Amino acid sequence: MSKRNVLWSWFWMFLGGLYFFLPLLATFEFSLKARKGVYSFLAYERVFADPLFLRTFIFSLEMAVFTALAGILLIFPTVYWIRLKLPQLRGLIEFVSMLPFVVPAIVLVFGLIRVFSGAPFFLTNTFTGTNVLLVAAYVVLTMPYLYRSIDTGLQAIDVRTLTEAAQSLGAGWGTILFRVILPNVRVSILSGSFLAVATVMGEFTIASFLVGIRAFGPYMSLVGQNKTYESSSLAIISFALTWAFIGLIQLLNRGRVQTQIAGAH
Amino acid sequence: MSNRLTQNSSNQRDARRARPVPSSLLNWLGVLPFFLFIFLFVFLPSFSLVSGSFQDRQGNFTFQNYLDLFSPSILSAYWVTIRISLASAVGGGILGFFMAYAVTLGGLPKGLRNALLTFSGVASNFAGVPLAFAFIATLGRTGMVTVLLKMAGFDLYDRGFSLYSFWGLTLTYLYFQFPLMILIITPALDGLKREWREAAENLGASSWTYWRRVALPVLTPSILGAMILLFGNAFGAYATALSLTGGFINLITILIGSQIKGDVLQNTGLGYALAIGMVIVMAGAITIYYFLRRRSERWLRV
Repeated sequence: MSKRNVLWSWFWMFLGGLYFFLPLLATFEFSLKARKGVYSFLAYERVFADPLFLRTFIFSLEMAVFTALAGILLIFPTVYWIRLKLPQLRGLIEFVSMLPFVVPAIVLVFGLIRVFSGAPFFLTNTFTGTNVLLVAAYVVLTMPYLYRSIDTGLQAIDVRTLTEAAQSLGAGWGTILFRVILPNVRVSILSGSFLAVATVMGEFTIASFLVGIRAFGPYMSLVGQNKTYESSSLAIISFALTWAFIGLIQLLNRGRVQTQIAGAH
Repeated sequence: MSNRLTQNSSNQRDARRARPVPSSLLNWLGVLPFFLFIFLFVFLPSFSLVSGSFQDRQGNFTFQNYLDLFSPSILSAYWVTIRISLASAVGGGILGFFMAYAVTLGGLPKGLRNALLTFSGVASNFAGVPLAFAFIATLGRTGMVTVLLKMAGFDLYDRGFSLYSFWGLTLTYLYFQFPLMILIITPALDGLKREWREAAENLGASSWTYWRRVALPVLTPSILGAMILLFGNAFGAYATALSLTGGFINLITILIGSQIKGDVLQNTGLGYALAIGMVIVMAGAITIYYFLRRRSERWLRV
């Protein structure tokens, strides 16, 4: 490698590094300025003392966990079954898993409201119904990477041999799925779920139209409208959360990073 | 891409060992729940928007909603959205490409590569409301960078910059765009074979000639494909734009958002046509992406 080449590389790393860290630094510095003249964690104390913070946070965490569970229950058996019995459907399911990219979140929620708020479903009339609709929308939104990680996991093991071995020992389908196959793809399923949870936690677009201020994303947005310093501290908290989830995935995968391209922005 | 190969071979292995069981009706029942879910929560909403977009206020069939899309304010919303998405895709694509190049072929210490990929995983997921807050604290009127530049004698806002306008939004989008580029393009750069470079050098090619005649032509489909994904990533963005500008920017997603909240267009059918217009743009983008990915796989098999 020539010296000029390395210099060129450092130049781009420096530029990108600046882009990455400067906003974080600025936000962190700003979040410490709630008390006039001195740096303090006052803005953080106020955020944590706000009962709405905890309530919306827990609500979104619950929705995120339901999303991950529902997503796994829906996608894992299907991908397994297609690999085992219906390989001709592989192209189709790969195409379907990319659909959420074609239908942006704002369009999806528009359509969901049009279909499910009226007859015969009336899902938006009750809290439970709205939550069900929210989780369903999130399952769609997070499907591309949940599918991808489950598919990659199943690809790495010999599904057919494991299934036949289990069958010859007298196992039923439930046992095969959840006690034979699942433990073998635990890591990919977990990392897919963490990514799903990280996305759903701060999701704004769908939450704001379906459940409004009950969810964490719309709550952050509301804080941003009237409280300056608290919004910066929320941004830092939210960044730390994202970092924690990605860190967990990295730890699980020993270094591989997943990409996500669904309309959560 | 290596995935794809192993995938194919494992498919063949599976297929060869498969017992000659006719795929009975029972087999199809196994995938029913998934496709039922997709039908209910993806197709039904989409078709409902399509059917709504072909109806006038009385529910009669009409093409008028689509003709109405060509009004100046709606065209300008599409145009601004497309321009911001293009600018942030190209900008993020270039920055991301060179950073990925730096850690794969650029002769930097090995440890940087993993660090960069981790950072990229985090940053590409850091978007929406908190990202907008971060950029207000950085480049807003009292943001850190704005104030620092002012102290250095350069007033961004006097020079016509505003965080709440085209360039401000593009800069903000860049924050999740370039890390996504790094994540997508790194495997493609890894796929460049050392032998190609050696062969080119043996034939007397300079580094520049190698890049221009060998590496870039091989990489072009991957780069373009990645940029299309970046384009789509920005095109559907709503939360970031809304919390940054408070809705005072004429983007197509913001327009649809206010249409859902209340009938701002005085015509719901037009709102549905707006949404379908977005889907058509995205479908076009993803089709080109698939085509490009096919092309790039011709060479970049690892």
